[in-house]
Amino acid sequence: MTIEIDDTDRAILRALSRDASLSAGQIGRRLGLSQPATWRRIKRLREAGVISGTRLLLDREKLGFGVTVFLGIKLATKGRISLEDFERAVTAIPEVQTVEHILGLYDYRLRIVARDLSDFERVLRRRIMTLPGAGQVEANVVLSEERLPGPLG
Amino acid sequence: MLDDTDRRILRQMQAAPDLPLSDLAQRADLTPATLSRRLERMREAGIVKGKRAEIHWPSLGYAVEVSLRLTLDKTQSRAFEDFLAAARQVPEVIEIQTFLGQVDVRLAVIARDIPHYQQIYRERLLTLPHIADVEALMHVARIKDDEALPV
Repeated sequence: MTIEIDDTDRAILRALSRDASLSAGQIGRRLGLSQPATWRRIKRLREAGVISGTRLLLDREKLGFGVTVFLGIKLATKGRISLEDFERAVTAIPEVQTVEHILGLYDYRLRIVARDLSDFERVLRRRIMTLPGAGQVEANVVLSEERLPGPLG
Repeated sequence: MLDDTDRRILRQMQAAPDLPLSDLAQRADLTPATLSRRLERMREAGIVKGKRAEIHWPSLGYAVEVSLRLTLDKTQSRAFEDFLAAARQVPEVIEIQTFLGQVDVRLAVIARDIPHYQQIYRERLLTLPHIADVEALMHVARIKDDEALPV
């Protein structure tokens, strides 16, 4: 389901995707909108699922996670092993932050955090390579990352 | 350094970032005053950097998400800088990562549908500077997306 949004909604989304701790009043003041009007718009965007959630931003390095790796995985035994089994097992690994099913060179892309490269190797050998159906993998270590606001006008 | 109580707070906050402080205190088995004090300390230390709202692009009509994996022409000394500066100008690019590995850069690109993607790909992405090779992966489904750190 998709909904129509206007420029004011887009401005609200831009503000919240940068800082979700802003109140409706604070955002409204920036946009020349009353607090109740802003609040109603935010409520609508949430209810329509446009704002799907809030994410806490933590400093990975300060928490000791020095390495982030994007790992492409090809399933070795497609058909024989059910995708659900693989997905259930991979989702349960704490170091695996995201799992995406993709079409192309690989079947899945994982985002993995580790303390350092030797810790990553441990996760790869003990947890990933032992997954049901896991075949060929390709690892790319993240050097930098940025998130952009997207097409919000 | 963080102790087990701090880690407990971070785990609860990662699981439910919208929770009011009083509820969070209850879940972390702390008084609201203790929670606020510890949280403030982690903010000051730069460990907790803030919160951002997640936008669900399909709800806005962007049904297609593609990962573009690129290698750049590294004989050009400014290949990365030029490429990244130009890629940031494409509104449909929502994430950029640079890598050490087989691939140099990944762009996450959203589009309304396949023809729209084709148009962005031809007009805005293939025209980015210093591309040596590019391959596209189409997103089918997100299985896990919390990006929580195992603190």
